[in-house]
Amino acid sequence: MNLTHQDIGDTRLIEVREPRIDAAVAIQFKDLMRGLTESGPERIVLDMSAVDFLDSSGLGAVVAAMKAVGTGRRLELAGLTGMVEKVFTLTRMDSVFTIHPNAKDALGGGLANVS
Amino acid sequence: MYPEPLPFMGRARNHLAARARGEGTELNLVFPADQGAVRGALKTAMRFLRAQDITPGQSGSAELVLAEVINNIIEHAYRDGPAGLIELRLRLGEGELLFTVLDDGLPMPGGNAPKGRPHDLDREMQEMPEGGFGWFLIRELTEGLDYRREECRNSLHFRMRLRPPPAPN
Repeated sequence: MNLTHQDIGDTRLIEVREPRIDAAVAIQFKDLMRGLTESGPERIVLDMSAVDFLDSSGLGAVVAAMKAVGTGRRLELAGLTGMVEKVFTLTRMDSVFTIHPNAKDALGGGLANVS
Repeated sequence: MYPEPLPFMGRARNHLAARARGEGTELNLVFPADQGAVRGALKTAMRFLRAQDITPGQSGSAELVLAEVINNIIEHAYRDGPAGLIELRLRLGEGELLFTVLDDGLPMPGGNAPKGRPHDLDREMQEMPEGGFGWFLIRELTEGLDYRREECRNSLHFRMRLRPPPAPN
């Protein structure tokens, strides 16, 4: 499981560089996210544009990551692709998260090197 | 998997190999109930589905449903013992995809497949559910779900409609 991160202003952008967040990697994803969100900027944007498959275990892991970030800080999502978006919509979890079309939008177009 | 052809096999070997590769309109897979093998089986199932005349959304939904069904078998049916086998049969029918999934694990609680009710999300962030979405997704994306305990085997059938049913004459 490969997650990269960079801090841009008051936001930590975490990019999931994996095509799948499924039962095989859900626990690993949760652990890595905890490590990346323990400290740092209070706003975290998770760029999921490289993820084309998310099952209910993966969804649970994203919810767990949001809860681990705690109150006072927040985890937002960006770049949900077709089936990933469908899972969020069907479970109505799209109403729980702030979801941006892509990382650039999430950052307000503030950074040229974010594609 | 299918070594040198033997004369007595005739065309059977080609037929078997084609089915295992996911060619044609029917796919049969048997694989061990572990995450690595499941990823491989889903990959083969997706190759089969993409070769059919169905949309990416439909094949994506099928992959999701299969992942959920198989994860449940690993987590529940085979929770007590060594990982057993899972058998998956996929068939393209008239305007629909037909699924059969078999395992030799524990029966479903109460002899029925879970209803998969949606979560109430009107709650504090720290109370948000992290699980229990699987059966809801399966029920949302499939039709005619039928679970049977057959001696010491679980047999699950369901289908996914690809086109509206033909209008009655």
